[in-house]
Amino acid sequence: MSLPLEVSNSGRAEKALPLFLRLTQAGFGDRLFKKITALFAFLILFLAGLTAFTLWRASIPCIQKMGWSFLNTGDWDPVREMFGSVPFVYGTIVSSFLALLIATPFGLGISLFLTELAPKKMREPVAFLVETLAAIPSVVYGLWGIFLLAPFMRVHVDPILIKSGLPIFKGPSTGLSLFTAGVILSIMILPTITAISREVFEAVPNSYRESAKALGATSWETIQLAVMKPSKVGILGAVMLALGRALGETMAVTMVIGNKPEVSGNLLDPSHSMASVIANEFSEAVGDIHISALAEIGLLLMTITLVLNIVAHLLVWATTSKFQR
Amino acid sequence: MPDYQTYRRLLDRTMVVLCGLAALFAAIPLVSLLAYVLFQGFHRLDWTFLTSLPTPVGVAGGGMANAILGTVTLVLVASCVGLPIGILAGIYLSEYGKKNKFAWSVRFTADVLSGVPSIVTGIVAYTLIVKPMHNFSALAGGVALGFMMIPITTRTTEELVKMVPHSIREASWALGVSQWRTILSIVIRTAKNGILTGVLLSIARIAGETAPLLFTAFNNQFWPKGVNEPTASLTVQVFTYAISPFKDWQDQAWTGALVLLILVLAINGTAKLFFKNPREMLR
Repeated sequence: MSLPLEVSNSGRAEKALPLFLRLTQAGFGDRLFKKITALFAFLILFLAGLTAFTLWRASIPCIQKMGWSFLNTGDWDPVREMFGSVPFVYGTIVSSFLALLIATPFGLGISLFLTELAPKKMREPVAFLVETLAAIPSVVYGLWGIFLLAPFMRVHVDPILIKSGLPIFKGPSTGLSLFTAGVILSIMILPTITAISREVFEAVPNSYRESAKALGATSWETIQLAVMKPSKVGILGAVMLALGRALGETMAVTMVIGNKPEVSGNLLDPSHSMASVIANEFSEAVGDIHISALAEIGLLLMTITLVLNIVAHLLVWATTSKFQR
Repeated sequence: MPDYQTYRRLLDRTMVVLCGLAALFAAIPLVSLLAYVLFQGFHRLDWTFLTSLPTPVGVAGGGMANAILGTVTLVLVASCVGLPIGILAGIYLSEYGKKNKFAWSVRFTADVLSGVPSIVTGIVAYTLIVKPMHNFSALAGGVALGFMMIPITTRTTEELVKMVPHSIREASWALGVSQWRTILSIVIRTAKNGILTGVLLSIARIAGETAPLLFTAFNNQFWPKGVNEPTASLTVQVFTYAISPFKDWQDQAWTGALVLLILVLAINGTAKLFFKNPREMLR
């Protein structure tokens, strides 16, 4: 006969047993299994800590040498060991916001079309199309960007923008510019905005829509009142997650941005971004301090995306769980 | 006010059409990209390309065989690092982490980690592995990719295991099966296909990564001799050839991109085929 459950579950009686008997106890396997899986779950926290710590350690030499001037000067000269991150931060932020400006209306339009307007038969193919956009590797986007998008921008789009006379579009353009980087990024973040805003829209209960319709609202008014308004915060979260993706995107941007570390108000000028300078210079860095400077750029990039991601996840959770109660 | 009514109707029509147009517009870059890769890459895609090593500029022929093998190696190393951690952590979250602070923080950290730029993961792998070992290696590249796999597999495993109905767990307990045996042989088995889908999707995602490999696995023009050597990968090779000034190399970049696209989309497609909702499997 096996021991009664109550005895085997109380710690005192168990300690009295020799190990080989304890192993056969009911519940021992359960606790062991739980502990093992918990350990692996803990590894995720450890990994996050390790990532932050490693980056910080790697950037110490540069932090000591440059101090605050790393953050507020724009001089990047590895040979003289002068490192200022301003042009890269500028390029990253401007190209990402350009991407958001272009992708947000399209992304929201598509997800509204998918959740509210499209006939059932059309939903699957359109969703498949957007998912395929997300599956394409970024280096392939970059290749397409160099040989198709950049020449297209130079010949067809940029001349029109230059003619508009706005001070942010000044010629001549080579096609490799901050603006082209923004366009290619907008294509790449479109799936993110679409997928997450779709999730948010689908969380809105149908009774909201029915009430709006019952009051005589048109489809668009229903969308405005019963879908967009209650999911405002969630949309903001979707946009911020997409922004996070745009900030960290490396290959496609590196291939079309022109790689010139300068701050210029002209969007058609070649520029540089935080991720692209790391991709370009890391494997052929001229010295330890250069590597450390690139690591500090990585640290800066991670900090920005981390803060953005934390806020964005909280916003998306806040909206989707609001409707689940 | 008839005018206002017309305005309302017009606005409604316009906006509905605009939403549809947005979906149509999204198709333009996709179609252009797929068609162009196929158009530019297809004519060099032959047996030679898939089975031979790269040749120096000016020498005819040459392929990306070592890069294809390198990508496979990197994915294998990454899976060894990423899958056990990801899957077991996912099981913990769904089976034991309904309402506790530790599970909440793990879940949140995984979500946030999946937003860390891949190039940053590359720097971490460089500092932790390449620097102490004094050479670029497939090991370092694979670990970087494995780090990226962890949060993705954790969250998909959790979602999928959660979908298994609670009643079958209870049925198993009622038969006297212990909790951990129930999880391993009942719950996981039911969610098997779903988990496999998640694994395949994460493989498809990391197989297309370039940024973390640039300074971890680096590149190599020859067959790799082991995981402790610089290793070529399809993505890095496509990048190197794309930014080179040689026409022949640029042509090969397109063919490489085509192979990469076929590979990634095929894994994605297989993942979708495998997927069965655990809830529906029981019916």
